[in-house]
Amino acid sequence: MRHEAFVLLGVAVFFGIVGAVYWFTSYEDGGTMMLVGTCALGLLPGGYYYYWHRKMGYRPEDRNDASIEDGAGEVETFPSSSIWPFVLGMGAFMLVLAFAFGIWFFFPAVGLMLTALVGVTAESRRGGHV
Amino acid sequence: MTDVITPTISGDGRDGHQVLVVEEHHGHEEHHGPTGVLKWLTSTDHKVIGMSYMITSLVLFYIAGIMALVMRLQLATPNASLVSYAQYNELFTMHGSLMLYLFAGPFAFGGLANYIVPLQVGAPDMAFPRLNALSYWLYLGGSLTMMMGFLVAGGAASFGWVAYAPLSNATNSPGAGGDIWIMALVLTGFSAIFTGVNLVATIFYLRAPGMTMFRMPIFTWNMLVTAILILIAFPILTSALVMLFCDRHFGTHIFSVQGGGSPNLWQNLFWFFGHPEVYILALPYFGIATEVISVFSRKPVFGYKSMVFATLSIAALSTGVWAHHMFTTGVVLLPFFSLLSLLIAVPTGIKFFNWIGTMWRGQIHLSAAMLFSIGFLFAFLMGGVTGVMLASPPIDFFTHDTYFVVAHFHQVLFGTAVFAGFAGLYYWYPKFFGRMLRENLGKWHFWLMFIGFWVTFMPQYVVGLLGMPRRVVTYPTYLGWESYNIISTVGAFVIAASFAVLLWNLWISWRDPVPSGDNPWDAHTLEWFTTSPPPHHNYSHLPAIRSERPTWDYHHPDHPAIGHGEGHDPDKEKVLVSS
Repeated sequence: MRHEAFVLLGVAVFFGIVGAVYWFTSYEDGGTMMLVGTCALGLLPGGYYYYWHRKMGYRPEDRNDASIEDGAGEVETFPSSSIWPFVLGMGAFMLVLAFAFGIWFFFPAVGLMLTALVGVTAESRRGGHV
Repeated sequence: MTDVITPTISGDGRDGHQVLVVEEHHGHEEHHGPTGVLKWLTSTDHKVIGMSYMITSLVLFYIAGIMALVMRLQLATPNASLVSYAQYNELFTMHGSLMLYLFAGPFAFGGLANYIVPLQVGAPDMAFPRLNALSYWLYLGGSLTMMMGFLVAGGAASFGWVAYAPLSNATNSPGAGGDIWIMALVLTGFSAIFTGVNLVATIFYLRAPGMTMFRMPIFTWNMLVTAILILIAFPILTSALVMLFCDRHFGTHIFSVQGGGSPNLWQNLFWFFGHPEVYILALPYFGIATEVISVFSRKPVFGYKSMVFATLSIAALSTGVWAHHMFTTGVVLLPFFSLLSLLIAVPTGIKFFNWIGTMWRGQIHLSAAMLFSIGFLFAFLMGGVTGVMLASPPIDFFTHDTYFVVAHFHQVLFGTAVFAGFAGLYYWYPKFFGRMLRENLGKWHFWLMFIGFWVTFMPQYVVGLLGMPRRVVTYPTYLGWESYNIISTVGAFVIAASFAVLLWNLWISWRDPVPSGDNPWDAHTLEWFTTSPPPHHNYSHLPAIRSERPTWDYHHPDHPAIGHGEGHDPDKEKVLVSS
């Protein structure tokens, strides 16, 4: 996970430098905040990946000489189908319509979204875990 | 409803073979998957979701294209009255919004990337399949919301795709149209952020053994960088939209001078999203062109690592140049933004050098996909050079908000999203359906589009330098702009004809299919190793990955260039797979 960490830490370093240069040449707070925020966006996950790289070492997908056998075992668990993303998506769709057209869309929208959240949780508990 | 499927890499290594066995553990005694419409509604398969994205975004592309034709008809002659002032404002706003927010981005990172990236890294699916499905439904909901603008009293949003304050406030743009536009973008913004998270997680965690970061195809690299750009840019847009909505309805004055706010803050927030957005729209298409040029030149990508670093550099610089859209506001640091904008030309130039280097002394096959990629090089070069001009403040002051800028960004975005986008469609269509698009019709499509493209946009540079402002509904006769506008309109209809050819091609290829086989182009990357179309969860077995061209290595075991990539191990180059 070393290269992955370096990509994100590179984001942090670049925007840290650009943010500092921008602040001391412009003293403009809006743009500086966005640059500092972008620096943090690289630093936090980049640091996290680097920490795990130090703990885990190189994974089979990080090694040039890895064979397919080196990745033996469960790759991941994937749900094959689920209705709940659709229900949640339509709930969100109705929720934004409530902001444009009025409060009467709000209640069915929240109903759909809560149903979907309960549904997807129950689906996971039944064994369809992600 | 949910069945659990667990692909497992088996390490039995019989006869020296390496296999990936897909074991499917279903949550029920018997597996009865949904069929028909229910299958589409409930699918979490990245291929189904990717295809849904592509079809939806192409439909929106055609709708936005028809809007462009109406605008070109209106502008073809002076003093025309085909549409009213208000209708024209709605048309250019919605044309830009559909093309940028709902076609060019989602077609690439929602459609092609969703379909291709897991295949290219050897993954069974995206990392978060249900989140992936949610992304699509949010995108579809956002698209429908955006189109609803035409149905409400007062019409659709009419403040331009950039929604500058104070034009976009409740006083200057009253009615539900603006609110609908804002909410549509909130939905699609969340959709894009979720897709970005999914792409990063998939690329970081689900690569096949041996598929190191520096063996990933350039398309996957570009999608990774695009996804990071999405995570940088879209949250800022979404939060700015919420602020704008609050200004319109809840009495805040974030972007209004009267209440102590700043209209320029909107421009800062919008363009901090907006300029990376240009590269969110462009980088995936650079990746497509790289793949296509390499395959149809029969050579590996020239300067693979410099291509990757150029992509990273372009992305980083693109996030530091937002205020070059604001030179004429008079409140931005001109040298800083001008310098960073000019610097982008350096990594972009490296990319051009590498694309030409890839073709150099290659066995070039001018398929439709290759023609579109070469067309992309010319189109993007012109758009890029005029971009360097606009990065210079004195030139920008002169041409700001003229048709020169309109021509520039259409050449950049049409050049990338449309030329390279259709290169990708012609290239990967056999992968999607196991059948070919007609090559001769593809070439007709290309040449009509290529000619129409130059005829449409070159006169716009000239008429822009003559002073024609953008977003005007009509113009008087005495300014000398007629001939340029009529030429531009003719070009637009030639482009439209090219898209009629594409529709015919899709129709005839569907009705009278020509089977493609699994790898009709003798392509390089991993997605061409599996069947066309790929099975559920993509792979039943994988080859040894010893370079950035594992499929090519597998099919050409005796070629001297095998395993040319990083970490080449000659002892293992012929360790292949069982079938």
